[in-house]
Amino acid sequence: MTRNELRALWIAPSTYVAAVLFLIIMGALYLLALEETGPGHAPKMELPSTVFFKMFWLPVFFMVPMLTMRSIAEERRLGTLEALMTTPISAGSLVASKFTAAYLFYCMLWVLTLIFPILANMALGARGDPRLLDWPSLMGGLCFVAVSGSLFVAIGIFASSMTRTTLVAGMLSFSLLFIVILSGGLLTRLTFGDGIDLPFFAEALEYLKTFQHQEDFGRGIIDSRPFFFYFTNTLLLLGLTTLIVESKT
Amino acid sequence: MPEAADSSEPKAPPAIEVKNLTKIYHGTAAVNDVSFQVAPGEIVGFLGPNGAGKSTTMRILCGLSSGNRGWVKVHGVSVATHPEKTKRMIGYMPENNPLPEDLRVSEYLRYRAKLKEIPAKEISKRVDAVMEVTDLHRTAYRRVIGALSKGFRQRVGIADALLSRPKVIIMDEPTIGLDPHQIHAFRRLLGELRGQMTIILSSHILPEIELSTDRVIIINQGRVVAEGTPAALRAEFMPRAQWSVALKVEPARFDFALAGLEKPASITAVGEPDAQGFRTFNLVANSEDECLGVALSELAKTNGWPLRQLSLRQSNLEDIFMAATKRSWDAIIAEKKAANAN
Repeated sequence: MTRNELRALWIAPSTYVAAVLFLIIMGALYLLALEETGPGHAPKMELPSTVFFKMFWLPVFFMVPMLTMRSIAEERRLGTLEALMTTPISAGSLVASKFTAAYLFYCMLWVLTLIFPILANMALGARGDPRLLDWPSLMGGLCFVAVSGSLFVAIGIFASSMTRTTLVAGMLSFSLLFIVILSGGLLTRLTFGDGIDLPFFAEALEYLKTFQHQEDFGRGIIDSRPFFFYFTNTLLLLGLTTLIVESKT
Repeated sequence: MPEAADSSEPKAPPAIEVKNLTKIYHGTAAVNDVSFQVAPGEIVGFLGPNGAGKSTTMRILCGLSSGNRGWVKVHGVSVATHPEKTKRMIGYMPENNPLPEDLRVSEYLRYRAKLKEIPAKEISKRVDAVMEVTDLHRTAYRRVIGALSKGFRQRVGIADALLSRPKVIIMDEPTIGLDPHQIHAFRRLLGELRGQMTIILSSHILPEIELSTDRVIIINQGRVVAEGTPAALRAEFMPRAQWSVALKVEPARFDFALAGLEKPASITAVGEPDAQGFRTFNLVANSEDECLGVALSELAKTNGWPLRQLSLRQSNLEDIFMAATKRSWDAIIAEKKAANAN
C-alpha cells in the first residue's frame, strides 16, 4: 500500500511542482545564508546551516500542502476511497500508508538540500570555509526537520480528509500549518493585562515554540519535549483522520 | 433453497442473510425492515426504482456502511462485528465503478490483488485469468484507465470483483455502458460462474436480469415488495393472461365487442394504425383464463374484421416490476391514510 502511494506521488504533477519549487527556493535561501554568514559580515557567529534551517517554515507552507492535498481528497472525489474500503485493509492502515509515503517524500526532499553545502564546499575548493560542512549542525537541522515534519505532514493528510476538493484541502493545510508554526511565538508576545497570571497557558505555549525547537536542535540540544509534542500530535491527527475516513466512506 | 444432502450434517448457513435491516438517513428510512436470504451459488437480481434502497443495502452488505437496526451475515459471519472477514469473502463492484485514472489496467489489477491479500506468486496468474475472462487481455491491459471507454471500464470493475475468487460477488449496475455484444458476453460470464459463486446484481435492464438470474428481489421505498423466481412473481403479480392482437377495426367498436364476450377482456394499450389500417391491441383477460384466443378469433370472424396476428403475451419482468412497485405504493399510501386518520 505504501509502495503504491509512493508511486502515486512519484507520477503526480503536483509532486514535481512542489519538488522543483522547493529545491529552487532552498537553493536561493542557501545562497542568502551564505551571504549572511560570509566575509564582510561581522560578527560571524552563526553557521550557514543554522541560518539555512531557520527558514524551514517558508518551504513547509507550500510544499506540505502540495504533497498531501490530493492524498485523501482526490480518492474521495473519484470514489476510489470506497473501492479501497471494500478490501480487507483498515482505515487506519490506509491513512498510515498515505502518511508514510508523503513523509518519506518530504524527508527525501530535505535530504537533497545537503547537496547545497557540498556543492559550495566543492566550488570553493582550498579557499573553502570549514563551517560550510559543519556536520553536527547540518544533522541537527535535518533531525529537527524530520521530527517536526511528521506533524506537518500529518496536518496535511488531516486537511485532505476533511474535503473532496484538493484546492480546499491545500488551503486548509496551509492555514493549519500557519497556526501551528507561528502561533506559539505570537501568543507568547501577547499581554493579558496586569495581575492576570496564566502559568499553565504559558507552559503549554512553550511546547508550541517551533522556532525555539529548531534552534535547540541546531545547537545539538536534544530535549524529549519536542519529540513528545510532535509525535503525540502526529498520532492524534492520524487517529482523527482515520475516524474521518471511516465515517465518510 | 437447496436441501442439505444429509440431514444429520449441520446445515450450511446461507451465503447472505439479512434480517430486519433498517438504515435511517436524516430521519428517513432508506432501508426499512428488510429481510431476505440468498443461498450459496444462487444468482439474485436486485431490482427497484431509483432511491429505493438497493445501493444502500448493497453497501451495508459490503461493510461500507452500517444499519441502524437488524443484522447482515455473509456465510454465517456478521458484517457488523467482523467486517474484515466478510470483506475477504465479497467482491464488490460499486455503482459508478470508480477507478484511478492514472494507472494501467494490469497495474491496477495487480495493486488490487495485493490489497485483497492474494499470495504474491498467485497474482500474475489471477490477473491474467480475470483479464482473459473479461476480454481485457487483447488490447486494453496496457492502456491507462483514464483513456478507456465506458465499456472497458465496466469490464475492469468486473475483473476486479472476480480477482480474489470471492464466495460472494455484489455488482451494482454492472451492465451500464456495455454494448449488446458486451452484455451478451457478461451474460455468458454469469452462466460460467453459476453455482461457483453467489452473485447479487442490480440493474435497470430488466430483460437482462430475467435472463441471467435465478431469483429476483424487488425493493421499493426501502422495503422488499416482491421476492421469488420470475415465474412465481408472474403468477403472483400478473395472474391474468395477456394477449396481443393485430386487427383492422376501430378501438371503440372492438372495446364494445370485448365487453360482450362470455369471459370479457380489457384493452390495455392500442397502437397507431399501420399503412393497411391494422392496429395492435394489448389485452388482458378479466379472469385467470388463457383460452381467450379462441374467443378473439371467433369475434374477428363473426364481425368480419381482418385479423393479422393473435398471440399470448408472456408478461415480462418489467410488467412484474411495475405491478409490484405500484402495489407497494398503494400499500404505503393506505398506511399513510390510516396513520393520518388515527
